[in-house]
Amino acid sequence: MVVDKMLYNLGRYVNLLRDAIARPEKFSMYYKETMRQMDAIGVGSVFIVLLISVFIGMVTAVQFVDQLGDSFVPSYYIGYIVRDITIIEMAPTITCLVLAGKVGSNLAAEIGGMRQKEHIDAMEIMGVNTAAYLIMPKIIAAVVVIPMLVAIAAFVSIVGGYVSTVLPGSLSHTEYVLGLRSFFVPRYVFMMFVKAAVFAYLITSVSCYMGYYAKGGSIELGEASTNAVVVSSVLILVFDFLIALLLT
Amino acid sequence: MIRTENITKTFGDNDVLKGISTEFYAGKPNLIIGSSGAGKTVLLKLLIGLFKPTSGKVYYDDVDLFSVDDDALREVRMKLGMLFQGNALFDSMTVGENIRFPMDMFTNRTLGEKEKRVDECLEMVNMEGINDRFPSEVSGGMQKRVGIARAMVLEPKYLFCDEPNSGLDPKTAILIDELICDLTNRNNITTVINTHDMNSVMGIGDNIVLLKDGHLVWQGDKSQVLESEEAVLQDFIFASPFLRRLREDALKQRHAHD
Repeated sequence: MVVDKMLYNLGRYVNLLRDAIARPEKFSMYYKETMRQMDAIGVGSVFIVLLISVFIGMVTAVQFVDQLGDSFVPSYYIGYIVRDITIIEMAPTITCLVLAGKVGSNLAAEIGGMRQKEHIDAMEIMGVNTAAYLIMPKIIAAVVVIPMLVAIAAFVSIVGGYVSTVLPGSLSHTEYVLGLRSFFVPRYVFMMFVKAAVFAYLITSVSCYMGYYAKGGSIELGEASTNAVVVSSVLILVFDFLIALLLT
Repeated sequence: MIRTENITKTFGDNDVLKGISTEFYAGKPNLIIGSSGAGKTVLLKLLIGLFKPTSGKVYYDDVDLFSVDDDALREVRMKLGMLFQGNALFDSMTVGENIRFPMDMFTNRTLGEKEKRVDECLEMVNMEGINDRFPSEVSGGMQKRVGIARAMVLEPKYLFCDEPNSGLDPKTAILIDELICDLTNRNNITTVINTHDMNSVMGIGDNIVLLKDGHLVWQGDKSQVLESEEAVLQDFIFASPFLRRLREDALKQRHAHD
């Protein structure tokens, strides 16, 4: 039964995305909508991303100072560990899990609300390809701006690590910066951007799917919104593992 | 003209429409009436292609709506205008932007041309000067008019109205009916109205299709309603004792004149 339901949803999801890949009725309208979504997803999420990433960087650094403080590991390794943990895992995964909650629920509720208020039907009657117009600009916007947010998150997180260790005197400025400069593997940055783009696609496509097929009233809209967050979060974790397997 | 041929629609085990064959004519308001659950909304959604029939065909002039590909279906849909029961106006857009949306999406007109057409459409529904207001800032009756203006903006050949006067006071409801009737006659469009409002039936019913339990049980015009012996029709239109007395009086007067 559960497998049947999963296969049914997977088939419907694939069909919806196939319908979404279509020539725009009017390029300028799609462009305008994509810009609007970039603003909503990108600019609208900057504050929460900054807040979370600075604290993650601070906590990571403080924890490692505590754990490695009495060991033989050179103290500049703290900067190196904070940098790599941030780039490989914390910035893309934690940021996207947070965005799954913020952006994913928002998209599912927006499209679900349009379904319930017959806005989608109204557009269909006008001849608009609603799958394309309502979904594709959101996916494009997210795949462009979420990697940017992740890059900002990585930078801010590393700065957070600096603030929480260098300012209280746990590490010197030279030690932290030396750590940041040591053993740098450019491939990890590539991996960070791959993860960010894949997670952005998952968040938007899954959330739009949940909203597009929302039925009933406010309770069902709430369920669609919750499912969007839960499913996209689980998929982020699964794909995080798969990308790690493929790229390491 | 829109023609349906033996349309059936089934949801699970529930047969909602059972072999509907009828015609909806150009230049006159065509009403689909019937009590709740009769299948009116399903028939309307089939006519506009939001549902696919289990069997049967829907023809727009000579085009079979369900045998054409998606692109051709969109071509047909661009000739349709629809007024939804809940208006379906986009909340985040102003009235002017709502009406302009189909032009933004499908035409290459300049902003000035589009604004001029928006003004014309608002004038058509007697709603001049509310371009910059949001749908939530105008009354239910005004929202209906804006919905009609948006439906008319691309000069459709077919206009569909789902319960256009639900939730309106009787006077406003009659005004909306008259407006739809006027637009239909003036533009020679095929208008299909889904309603269970008796005033609409007797006021603008030039072609009335009565559904009951998914069957088409009667078709005629408003002048035939009074004299018809069809029990389902009489039960539906003259539902209360007061209205039945009115009908009897009207029939007596008519026979006395004859």
